[in-house]
Amino acid sequence: MFDGLQSRLNDVFSKLTRRGSLSADDVNAALREVRVALLEADVALPVVKDFVEGVREKAVGQEVLRSVTPGQQVVKIVHDHLVEMLGGTPGAEEEAAREGRFGGAAADIDLNAPAPIPILMVGLQGSGKTTTTGKIAKRLSDKQRKKVLMASLDVRRPAAQHQLKVIGEQIGVATLPIVPGENPVAIAKRALSAARLEGYDVVLLDTAGRLAIDEELMAEVAAVRDAARPHETLLVADAMTGQDAVNVAQAFEERVGLTGIALTRVDGDARGGAALSMKTVTGKPIKLLGTGEKMDALEPFHPERVAGRILGMGDIVSLVEKAAETIEQDEAEAMAKRLEKGRFDLNDMYKQLQQLTKMGGLKSMMKMLPGLGGMQDRLKNAKVDDKVVKRQMAIISSMTRQERAHPEVIKASRRQRIAKGSGTSVPEVNKLLKQFAETQRMVKKVKKMGGMQGLMGGGGPGGGMEGLLPGGGQGGAMPGGLPPGFGGGMGGGGNRMMRRAGRRK
Amino acid sequence: MADTSGTAEKTGWLTRLKAALRRSSSKLGEGITGIFTKRKLDDAALEELEELLIASDLGVTTSAKLAANLAKTRFNKDVSPEEVRTALAADVTEMLEPVARPLAIDLAKRPHVVLVVGVNGVGKTTTIGKLAKQQAEAGRKVMLAAGDTFRAAAVEQLQIWGERTGVPVVAKQAGADAAGLAYEALERAKREGAELLLIDTAGRLHNRSELMAELQKIVRVLKKQDETAPHDVLLVLDATTGQNALQQVATFKELVAVTGLVVTKLDGSAKGGVLVALAEQHKLPVHAVGVGEGADDLRPFSAEAFARSLMGLEV
Ligand SMILES: Nc1nc2c(ncn2[C@@H]2O[C@H](COP(=O)(O)OP(=O)(O)OP(=O)(O)O)[C@@H](O)[C@H]2O)c(=O)[nH]1
Ligand SMILES: Nc1nc2c(ncn2[C@@H]2O[C@H](COP(=O)(O)OP(=O)(O)OP(=O)(O)O)[C@@H](O)[C@H]2O)c(=O)[nH]1
Ligand SMILES: [Mg+2]
Ligand SMILES: [Mg+2]
Repeated sequence: MFDGLQSRLNDVFSKLTRRGSLSADDVNAALREVRVALLEADVALPVVKDFVEGVREKAVGQEVLRSVTPGQQVVKIVHDHLVEMLGGTPGAEEEAAREGRFGGAAADIDLNAPAPIPILMVGLQGSGKTTTTGKIAKRLSDKQRKKVLMASLDVRRPAAQHQLKVIGEQIGVATLPIVPGENPVAIAKRALSAARLEGYDVVLLDTAGRLAIDEELMAEVAAVRDAARPHETLLVADAMTGQDAVNVAQAFEERVGLTGIALTRVDGDARGGAALSMKTVTGKPIKLLGTGEKMDALEPFHPERVAGRILGMGDIVSLVEKAAETIEQDEAEAMAKRLEKGRFDLNDMYKQLQQLTKMGGLKSMMKMLPGLGGMQDRLKNAKVDDKVVKRQMAIISSMTRQERAHPEVIKASRRQRIAKGSGTSVPEVNKLLKQFAETQRMVKKVKKMGGMQGLMGGGGPGGGMEGLLPGGGQGGAMPGGLPPGFGGGMGGGGNRMMRRAGRRK
Repeated sequence: MADTSGTAEKTGWLTRLKAALRRSSSKLGEGITGIFTKRKLDDAALEELEELLIASDLGVTTSAKLAANLAKTRFNKDVSPEEVRTALAADVTEMLEPVARPLAIDLAKRPHVVLVVGVNGVGKTTTIGKLAKQQAEAGRKVMLAAGDTFRAAAVEQLQIWGERTGVPVVAKQAGADAAGLAYEALERAKREGAELLLIDTAGRLHNRSELMAELQKIVRVLKKQDETAPHDVLLVLDATTGQNALQQVATFKELVAVTGLVVTKLDGSAKGGVLVALAEQHKLPVHAVGVGEGADDLRPFSAEAFARSLMGLEV
């Protein structure tokens, strides 16, 4: 399977020892890998070609910084270019997080128009239009205190209008009464006049799913547009969409005219290359992400997050979700509080090791962490498996309560006792203590930097979490430094993610 | 509510299918023409070809394999676009032939239980409606179970399909336990001597383990009544889906022992090329394809027709 652009590029450049600037040959070799990586992530071919040319221009002749490998350098260029193409500013998210802002989102629904503001939802069959209509309505009415009316123009699919009505009841938003036999244009007109009469701020028009090549239905939606004159027309598209994304986006842009894109099912594990395809061919911003079936599973679009995902640099959100699924929230919050204060002892470390095993082990976590593509390989080479985690837990278990709270008391004789008690060796105990000390130092440093958020937002290659891994890959790569990342994310900066990790039912 | 099953139906389904498939495949065909007009099959041409195959959702591995296969016999020779397309179509047909198998219903089971699963919005409920129509018309006693108790109006949607096709639907109120509903549906199907029970389920992403566990529970409770049930677990895939379809199949297969696939929305501009990669990796039978929203828009899967249309050749 695909294991990230980073490791592909590391292979390409493994022979390249000399430093200096990136030559045209280096770049060409790298770009071949970039091209395949993007195609595997479902970015459409013409978009890939464009993209690769853009990267080439930026990469040739660039100085390789002393601190990174050429592979990392190219990944950084690719990543930043991707963020820009997706409508973001590289590093903006990190910066916002450092300043304690919630930032990096590129665009949002525009409500700068006289009421009632019509918003038209269009897209292929089953892409998530009706659900997204409900989500937007809920957000506008709950958070922005707008008076919202929803109307279903879907006279085709069985129970489609009823579906929107039920959603309206669930979220407490009005829906236009259903008149059987009425056509979509008439429904749109009725919705708008009802909205004017009854003083609604926003009218959301949900339409039937249609194929971009279905002339008759594309003409129908164009007629609806002419009747409703929407202020926003959102293409609702599935994040799992393959190469066809360009055709679909182009067709809807040409026939209906879009103001933005809502990408659904981002809670899946698709790489989401469709986002880049659609943004590029339409030039229209991705405004919203659907992250679940529930009505509150709607998020602003974050270019950096999606870029990291397309490049296979891991998905920090999935990681946090997985953590939320398996870790007791109280415990996580308690831990986060301690970490925020810069406190971290061997009891904490033990808990984290325990959480790590609950989460399915080191390897499954590594996959989800941004910037750790290479780390995964290094771990493999170092033959580190989850047994190491178990042994480390055994070591800590063999300590007294006092030793765990005050590791500095663990001198030579105690180390011998602990090794014996845990069925390990003194060097192993030493290594654990050393890694503990490093992690503790890291925790203190993080505290100084102003909490975990600064580290969570990063996602960039070479930065972010990688820095949190003490001695990663040196034979004994061990998760000591890892858990604070998610521990802190859970309680502190990750609160927002926690909420969206809520399960349905 | 307008009934879509009647519209544009009578044009002759083969013509429609052909038109739809041709429309959906033209890009690859055109691409091949672009590469090979007056050209040798050299490295550069092969690389371009490989990309084109990838761009039809065939995936990197399968595309490389197809290109390499072509190079074996024709490398550095002059080739025409037609020749390249025909050769590729033949290869793809060969890969797909073993998986083109219709759904076989065992009338002795009473009922033969088919559990229909898949990610959100792919067309599970619609496919059940279409299958119900086909099977009822073939004279079988069919029953439907509205196992999607989660999504708004999912039950009503299936009930409308039941009315359209004249097939009874076992349903409970929204929010009811899906496994309990499935259990009761099987009880009733047995009692009433149904030959085929089609169970709808809520859409779920394969990476949501708690939702997958729910699906496993449905399978478990069915087995309490009939150890051999469900006799088929149909995974519905959307032709628009890209490489993620591979993950979907792998996970659903592992967790609920999928026995076959249905690919929907092949009437769109998506080519469903990922099917070729799927056939390679999983060898699961493809029982049928969906080519529209109407009750009659379900077709048997033909390897050759699919392959030829994928390459932009006359079906
Ligand atoms: N996991 C997940 N499911 C979603 C998301 N958005 C929508 N869905 C699900 O996708 C399925 C289809 O959603 P709908 O809103 O009915 O899609 P639609 O585009 O209105 O469908 P048609 O009207 O039939 O064209 C439902 O099962 C939804 O619950 C999302 O962001 N994540
Ligand atoms: N064009 C076309 N549309 C289809 C086909 N099959 C299903 N659809 C449409 O796709 C949309 C979703 O179909 P559903 O049957 O509701 O999908 P589902 O998998 O049951 O969805 P959830 O239960 O919400 O997960 C509907 O608008 C269907 O009419 C097909 O073969 N071609
Ligand atoms: Mg809908
Ligand atoms: Mg359904």
